[in-house]
Amino acid sequence: MHRFANPARFTRIADRVLPFVAVATAAALGVGFYMALFVAPPDYQQGESVRIMYVHVPSAWMAMFIYVAIAVASAVALIWRHPLADLAAKASSPIGAGFAFLTLVTGSLWGRPMWGTWWEWDGRLTSMLILFFLYLGHMALMHAFDDQQRGYRAAAILALVGVINIPIIKFSVDWWATLHQPASVFRLDGPTIHPSMLWPLLITAVGFKLYYVTVVLLRIKSELIAARLRALDLARLKAS
Amino acid sequence: MKGLVIVIGRDLRLALRQSADAWLAVLFFVLTATLFPFGVGPEAATLRQIAPGVIWVVALLAVLLSLERLFLADFEDGSLEQLLLSPLPLEVAVLGKVAAHWLTTGLPLIAAAPLLALLFHMEPAGLLTLLLAMLLGTPVLSLIGAVGAALTLGARRGGVLIPLLVLPLYIPPLIFGVGATESALSGLSARPDLLLLGALLLVMLLVAPLAAAAALRQALE
Repeated sequence: MHRFANPARFTRIADRVLPFVAVATAAALGVGFYMALFVAPPDYQQGESVRIMYVHVPSAWMAMFIYVAIAVASAVALIWRHPLADLAAKASSPIGAGFAFLTLVTGSLWGRPMWGTWWEWDGRLTSMLILFFLYLGHMALMHAFDDQQRGYRAAAILALVGVINIPIIKFSVDWWATLHQPASVFRLDGPTIHPSMLWPLLITAVGFKLYYVTVVLLRIKSELIAARLRALDLARLKAS
Repeated sequence: MKGLVIVIGRDLRLALRQSADAWLAVLFFVLTATLFPFGVGPEAATLRQIAPGVIWVVALLAVLLSLERLFLADFEDGSLEQLLLSPLPLEVAVLGKVAAHWLTTGLPLIAAAPLLALLFHMEPAGLLTLLLAMLLGTPVLSLIGAVGAALTLGARRGGVLIPLLVLPLYIPPLIFGVGATESALSGLSARPDLLLLGALLLVMLLVAPLAAAAALRQALE
């Protein structure tokens, strides 16, 4: 694993991989959204507004996946002091926050025609809101120190504490929501979804994941370049 | 074990000599709660309905208020480094400091809770459960808070950062704490909520000292 700790080697590999991932992202998102918007049938109850699902559900998956990815990267950074793991955690956090935010916005837009309200204290939406706050905390802590290394360490510990807490939060919010919710909200989960809707959903989900890989690689690369620029600036200042 | 007692004793002595700090949290607790009748109106039925929630949320904010000074004074005068150098494992020292924090913050809040229950016309039937839930729940608040306080040590805007880190993690104890009290008030068994609070306390007793000690180590690097 430490073979990839060398920034030059990482950049070389990333440059090799990036075009393929970028093209695959565009293809998966293009096909997925085309199928979602034109091929997939409208829902017999929800009509056309069901198409929000093809953005909403993959975003929610990604928001949860990225937090776990950050936690794994943080563990690697803390245990093996792997420098790229710190960068990966730093690069992932805003993307995850973006997906969580997208989930909340699409959920709200979807809730308006379905539930008749912009916001419902539904168990899943509420947990997503909390996840969004966890991302914000992670990002804020990452940038709170003058010494960037300290920011990496602190944010990594926070991510690990957070990932232990997420199942607890999820469980407690579900517990709370079932106690307080009089009517059962419609549920999308389970194997009841028809293949004509499942395929576009899976393809957009793959597209979202590829998008994440592309952006993380780009962001790590730009972080490496920024670090090099800083080092060059310092060297020039010392020389002059 | 002896080291743990020494750390607790030292922190308690320090807290007693500046007892204003401990009073401040209780005062905040009572004062903030008294704002609610002005906000929602003084009808006894409304107040009775929101009582458990208000007491818990305000207790949580009072604990939050006291978190910043948990490690900061020791960090600034260097005694935290002495603790790190001492043969006592840092995890145990953290546990001692958290225990002292709870004794000077959580326990006074529990003592003041019956007063708020009275002000909010809460049924006496729920009082015992409320206190029991707080007895299990406020140590969880101190434990999670210690992680937040340790992580933000030496950060720019550390005081503002703590709520952002800690409040999302405070939601489970809040839910189970209020749930226990409400169950008792409506004649249901509070046992499940109390058991869950206890489980949360056990998990946090394990996780929080480890995480906070790790955070302190890298703050002192």
